[in-house]
Amino acid sequence: MNTLLNKKKEPIDKLAAAAGHSLGGEALRRMLRSPVAITGAVITGLFVLLAIFAPLIAPKDPFQRYLQDKVILGQGIIPGSQAGYPLGVDDFGRDELSRLLVGAQNTLLVGVLATVIGVAVGILIGGLAGAFGGWVDTVLMRMVDVMLSVPSLLLAISVAALFAKPSQWTVIIAVSIIGVPIFARLLRGSMLAQRNSDHVLAATSLGVKRGAIVFRHMLPNSLGPVIVQATLTLATAILEAAALSFLGLGDADQNRAEWGIMLSKGAKQFLDVRPELAYYPAIAIIVVALGFTLLGESLREALDPKNRR
Amino acid sequence: MALLEVRDLTVDFVRRGERPFTAVDGVSFDVEPGQTVGLVGESGCGKSVTSLAIMRLLARRGNKVSGSVRFEGTDLLRLSDKDMRDRRGRDLGMVFQDPLSSLNPVIPIGLQITEVLERHRGMSRKVASVEAVDLLNKVGIPDPSRRLTEYPHQLSGGMRQRALIAIALACRPRLLIADEPTTALDVTIQAQILALLRELVQDTGTALIMITHDLGVVAGLCDEVNVLYGGKIVERAQRHQLFAQPRHPYTHGLLASIPRLDAGRHEKLIPIRGSVADNIPWDGGCAFAPRCPNALPVCREVSPRLVPDNGGLLRCHNPVRPPVAAGGGIR
Repeated sequence: MNTLLNKKKEPIDKLAAAAGHSLGGEALRRMLRSPVAITGAVITGLFVLLAIFAPLIAPKDPFQRYLQDKVILGQGIIPGSQAGYPLGVDDFGRDELSRLLVGAQNTLLVGVLATVIGVAVGILIGGLAGAFGGWVDTVLMRMVDVMLSVPSLLLAISVAALFAKPSQWTVIIAVSIIGVPIFARLLRGSMLAQRNSDHVLAATSLGVKRGAIVFRHMLPNSLGPVIVQATLTLATAILEAAALSFLGLGDADQNRAEWGIMLSKGAKQFLDVRPELAYYPAIAIIVVALGFTLLGESLREALDPKNRR
Repeated sequence: MALLEVRDLTVDFVRRGERPFTAVDGVSFDVEPGQTVGLVGESGCGKSVTSLAIMRLLARRGNKVSGSVRFEGTDLLRLSDKDMRDRRGRDLGMVFQDPLSSLNPVIPIGLQITEVLERHRGMSRKVASVEAVDLLNKVGIPDPSRRLTEYPHQLSGGMRQRALIAIALACRPRLLIADEPTTALDVTIQAQILALLRELVQDTGTALIMITHDLGVVAGLCDEVNVLYGGKIVERAQRHQLFAQPRHPYTHGLLASIPRLDAGRHEKLIPIRGSVADNIPWDGGCAFAPRCPNALPVCREVSPRLVPDNGGLLRCHNPVRPPVAAGGGIR
């Protein structure tokens, strides 16, 4: 009897599996059909590849002052595009293209680290609040409310200003702190929903220990929105990191190839002479932020059960 | 001594600034080992709250539970949280209404079974997996070793309920509480699940509390039936007694409102008038009186007490009379 049943069942299940019936498979399938998702994925993919292999791809040494003797700042002369220097050079005679590429690495590093730290701390706070509820929840969430009440850039600037000597870490920490309340709130909300869910009640009715209920039953079911938010936060983290550098709260080292610093110098000092020096990093920042936003947005849409078709 | 003795179980839902709402009002019943006891009533009569109170699964705040729930002599309501956790799943199991939402969607079925075995029977993951295959086999899931690696959404509704039953019975509890286990399933699957429950209860000697609004389920499964209305037991009888001779007008009404195959083509279903009131006041009259076809003036003045009747219990001033001649009346 059983074997008969099996024979009948197998092909049906295989069909179901081929159709991508698992949650991840379904989401992937829907993303592949969406032009927005593909655009986002291509931009982000390209950016990540360029960033990782920047030192190999960069045609010139980004720190070498090749054409320094041709730069005459007093007369506003900075060499533009020419053979060997497709995007021209900056005010120190360094190759702009190479600096943009290496800057991508920096941007990726700052964006990813800031987001990861933000997610980690946010999960810790939101998880504690959602798992314990009661006064723990109240205290933590009031703290989060206070953080949310300060405009994000203002918060980042205040945090960055606390450091005596600004460095890249100043930027990372300042930007990650902006993300913390968002992630904490998001996770806390879905943890609370999980607390009242049937399967958590069922697990409780089986005498499953509280730790296992939180880590095995509540947390994995609550992470979806956090992951989506993380992709979106990557975009804002990149923008905010650039903004902090632009405002001079980032790494003080002028040698460093950093999009925010490059944009700041280009916009403040050379906009009449060579506006491209501001345009290039600005475009790079916009395109990358757009890429991550598109990807995150379509990921959210693909994972949203309400959109399931 | 009975396996489970529920005495005067009362659950009040309390909210600041509002009158407390008594969802379960002095319910008492026994469950003997191996016995199947039904708790029957419409939505809001307190049957689910009773089961959650027995398992101590009600929310921590916002309610007050009193009375006693003695399981093999130990009052569950007075156990520490930790001791209660140790007993849940090991001594008392529970099967819920909606099998899809009662399973964790992100964990394979197998892990959800082994989790309980590891927790209560101290098995290693490996031994527990072997046992899990055995359990799934027992509840009639074909190709169990493959099913272990599958996720709840990959199983059909009936399979999911079978898996849930396997999980609830994994540690061979002495008492299983089934809270509307067939409501979310279609009729043919319902019959299969009920047959499975009956078989498992007989094989393992597990006592079963069956919570349902479906008298068909009761007819097929229960030894003894408690009919609840407004948080109180209004009638208790052996199954055959209840169906042959319902004494309480409410029970009578429930039975009369079931469609029957042998009814004439133009016979209409007889509904019970009205619906359950929000907060039913049992003090100062019978809560069912406003809906009762048999209501007397006394019903609105004196709250009836639960008294022995015909081998069972009855809470009514003016019960339905048994038919005078055999063969007539309500079948």
